[in-house]
This record gives sequence, structure tokens and C-alpha cells, in this order.
Amino acid sequence: MIQVSNLTKRYAGGRTAVNDISFTVARGEIVGLLGPNGAGKSTTMRVLSGFMPATSGTVRVAGFDVFHDADETRRRIGYMPENNPLYPEMRVREYLKFRARLKGLGWKKSRERVTTVMEQCGLAEVGRRVIGQLSKGYKQRVGLADALVHEPELIILDEPTIGLDPQQIRSVRALIKSLAGKHTVLISTHILPEVEMMCGRVLIMVGGRVLASDTPENLQRRMAGGSQIIAEIAAPFEALRAVWENLPEVAQFDIAAGEGEFFRCALTPRDGEDLRPLIFNLARVNGWALRELTRSRHSLEDIYMQVTKPTTEAVE
Amino acid sequence: MNIFCTLLRRELSSFFLSLTGYVIIAAVTVLVGLSFVVLIAGVGSDPFTAPVTEMFYGTFYFWLVLLLATPVITMRLFALEKASGTFETLMTTPVGDLQVVVAKFTAAIIFYMVAWLPLTACLFIVQHFTNQAGALDGGTMGGMYLGIFLIGCLFLSMGCLASAISYSQMTAAMISFVLGVSLFSLAYLAKSTPVTEHWQTQVLAYFNLFDQMHDFARGAVDTRAVIFYVSATFLFLFLTLRVVESRRWK
Repeated sequence: MIQVSNLTKRYAGGRTAVNDISFTVARGEIVGLLGPNGAGKSTTMRVLSGFMPATSGTVRVAGFDVFHDADETRRRIGYMPENNPLYPEMRVREYLKFRARLKGLGWKKSRERVTTVMEQCGLAEVGRRVIGQLSKGYKQRVGLADALVHEPELIILDEPTIGLDPQQIRSVRALIKSLAGKHTVLISTHILPEVEMMCGRVLIMVGGRVLASDTPENLQRRMAGGSQIIAEIAAPFEALRAVWENLPEVAQFDIAAGEGEFFRCALTPRDGEDLRPLIFNLARVNGWALRELTRSRHSLEDIYMQVTKPTTEAVE
Repeated sequence: MNIFCTLLRRELSSFFLSLTGYVIIAAVTVLVGLSFVVLIAGVGSDPFTAPVTEMFYGTFYFWLVLLLATPVITMRLFALEKASGTFETLMTTPVGDLQVVVAKFTAAIIFYMVAWLPLTACLFIVQHFTNQAGALDGGTMGGMYLGIFLIGCLFLSMGCLASAISYSQMTAAMISFVLGVSLFSLAYLAKSTPVTEHWQTQVLAYFNLFDQMHDFARGAVDTRAVIFYVSATFLFLFLTLRVVESRRWK
């Protein structure tokens, strides 16, 4: 659906916002563009949406070049820019109808579509309200409804949940998730849990480059070698130490005193193996009380920190 | 064409459904009314031979309206969209740059002409209370409105350019005001410089807005003036279009 090859965007003044990136997005995917502020996410999206041309490289959406076949690609893209700009003096329904007409929908068709997206985005009860007086959550939904109104194949959302309260974030996320399959979605964000929750694939962008591209699960698995197992067991200290020392699967361990007779053991498995069934069996055989058994998985945050680290060092 | 109409409707509604729009109309009405108070005070004593419309240009209120109202009408057009970010949502829909520029300019000129409508009422009032047949006729009315329209096109197209190059409405208004005052000063210079065989003075003569407007107000339509206004308007609109397109080269 999206084919970006060797895209570079240099602004007047010499600042390179996006530096030779390539990636593809398949139809129906929800892809998260993750990166710190100033990583080039918004610039990439602006080029994809056809607002700005690339300095070099090509961007194709649904087989059309975004610069040379601008009208064809724009018809296929629903784009919500950063901060979701709207006309505050217009009414919700009026605005969506105006947008639908601009995007080339006919009189009757635009009326149908506006009604549909307003229901889809939960705007049915605020259709006659003035946009400027709506809450931020509703405004965000108006922006989403606008992106959806012409049934685009590709939806590009630049930081769709920024500045919303947790309840609103939830509803917006649910809405975006519901688009999967039918539409291809590209979301940019710097909020990590968001990507984990919504996206089938993550592109990590730092300093204008794509540093990693994989599913959140795969990224986590790649890092699993460093994960730890936490077990809280009520057993004599010496016995615990002996057990861990004799287990070949345990590469490293650390025992700290917990509440009462419990000890908190942090175990690093060899080869990323899951030690939990083993520990449970041990506790059962020895008749020890087991209070907690968890695997601390690497969060995307760890991966993100790890991926972004080398470049920051290189800069220094 | 459909998209153009949609854009035009939206631009017009933002003029007519906003407070600023009515403030502009009210201000123009007050100035036009004032100019007629001055005009009637002047003609009250002695009989007059010129049509009312011509005398209207004799008061400086006409130029005041032109210089003050046009920057306020046009300042919003591009600058506000750029400041609020809606320019990005607008330009990522399948609309052409030309459509956007022309729609915004057309909306501005329609609004400007509507703001001038109270003038008609003033003219009819004067005609009603005077006993002179030559005070007002269709020709002078038409000529005057054509003049107002053409000079309005020129000033509004300058305003469009000013709005397209700035990111804040205030800057846009100031730039177009400065452009307007420059043109006005140039016209003043042209009026006070006699035309000689030097080409400079002949070129300058084209900028003599005062005499051109005076002709229009008398009901005399000079093709040279019409061509001057139309081509200058096209020039400024073309420059505006280039500025709007310039984001593609940056």
C-alpha cells in the first residue's frame, strides 16, 4: 500500500529532517511510527500525504506517486495532521460535509457518508454543535471522521491521542483499532504503550532514520535474552542458593530478603528460556510456598531505549 | 467546478457568519454616510453641475474605505489558515492551488462589493431630494460601480498576496496596507507630475488612480484604465499562486 524508497527531506536552510528512509506497508496493516520529538515522523507523514514533496526518493501510495499523481493519491488518503486543525466557527456536520465535498464526493454521497462516519465516530449527538465549543476528545473525533469521510484506503494520523484524557484516549484507540483490515493505518506517536496496544508493526524512527521495523512481539522476543524471572519463595536461604547454583538453566541469580520468611529471587535464564514451570515444580517438590512468579518482559520502552542509544552515543 | 463552489461557499460563509464581516460592513457604511454628509453640506448652498457620483470621489472618504477595508477583508484569507494549520488539511485534499486562490479572491471581491451596497441608498436619497435631473443616471452609476469593482480587484489581489506570504493576520494586514498606501502615493505622484515626452512620466501616468476613478465616476470607461486594473490584478493573483505553490519547492 505504501512504498517508500530512499526518501530524504531537506528543509530550506539545510536541516535534514528525514534521511534516506525506506519502508513498505502492506494493505490492511496498522503501523506505528514511533520516535522522539523531532525524529522526522511528522515530516514523513507530510510527504506521504502529498503536502510537501520529497527532496529525493520516491513515495508511492496504492501504486501512485504522491507527487506526480497528487490528485489520485490524495483521493486515497485520509490525513489528520498534528494538533488536528479544524475550522472552529463551523458546525460539526457542516464541516464534515464541506470536507466530503472537497474530497470530490457528490451531493447525495457526501450526505450518506457524513451520517455514517458521524455514527462511527460517536458524533451523532453533536452534529449541530459549533466545533470551537466542543471538548478536545470530540474535536479529535471530528478530525478522525474527516480522515474517514471519503472512505480512503490509507489513513495517516499524526499523534491522534495527544492531549486527551485517559478515557478519551481509550475511545480514540478503540476507534482506530476498529479500522484494521478495512483500511491501512499509519499512526505516529511517541507514546509507547499506544503502539503496543494498536499496531501490528512498529517503525522506530530516530534522527530522520528508521532504526527498527518489526511487530511489537518480535521486537520483544529479540530482547528476551535479557529478561528476568522474579520468584518469591518461602524457603531457607541456603537451600535456595544451592538450588539456583545447581540449575544449569539459570545463568545468574540474586536473592533478596522479602517479607517474613519469603525471599525474592531474580533469575536470569540462559538462552532466554522460560524458567517458570521449572520453578513451580521445584517449589512443589520441596514443599515451599510460592507467592509470586513473574517474567519481567522487556517493554517496548526498553527496546526503544536500546535502539536509540547507539545514535545518541555516536552524536556525542 | 463543484470543488470551486464548495470552497467559495465556505469562504463566503466565513465572511458573512462572522462578527468581523459585519464590523467591516458597518465601518464602510459609516464612512460612506459621512462622505455624503460632507457632500450635502457642500452642495446645500450652491447649485451643482456634476453628477453625485463624481462628487463622491471628491471627498477623501472613498480612498479611506479602499485603503482601510481591503487589508481587513483579505488578511484572514491565507494567514489564518496557515496559523491554525487548516492550510495543511485543505491542501491535502484533491483541490488545486489555483482553485483555492481564485475561490478566496472571488469571495473577497463579492464581500467587498456587498460592503459598498449602502452607497446606492445614499445616491438615491440625494437624487430624491434634488431637483436636478442630471444628478444620477444609469451610466454614472454603472461607471462608478465598475470603477469600485476594478480598483477593489487590484487592492484585494495585493491583500491576497500579503496574506499568502505571512503567517499572522496582523502582518498580512500591515503588508497589504503598506502596499495600498504605496500605490496611493504613487498615484498622487502621478497626478502631480505633468506628462511629458519622457517615457517615465508616461508610465507613471498609468498609475494615476485619481483621474481614472474620476472618469469612471463620470460614467466614462477608459479601456486603458480597465486593462491596467485587470492586468495588475492578474499579476498579483499570479504571484499569490506562486507563493501558495512555493511550499513544493522548499
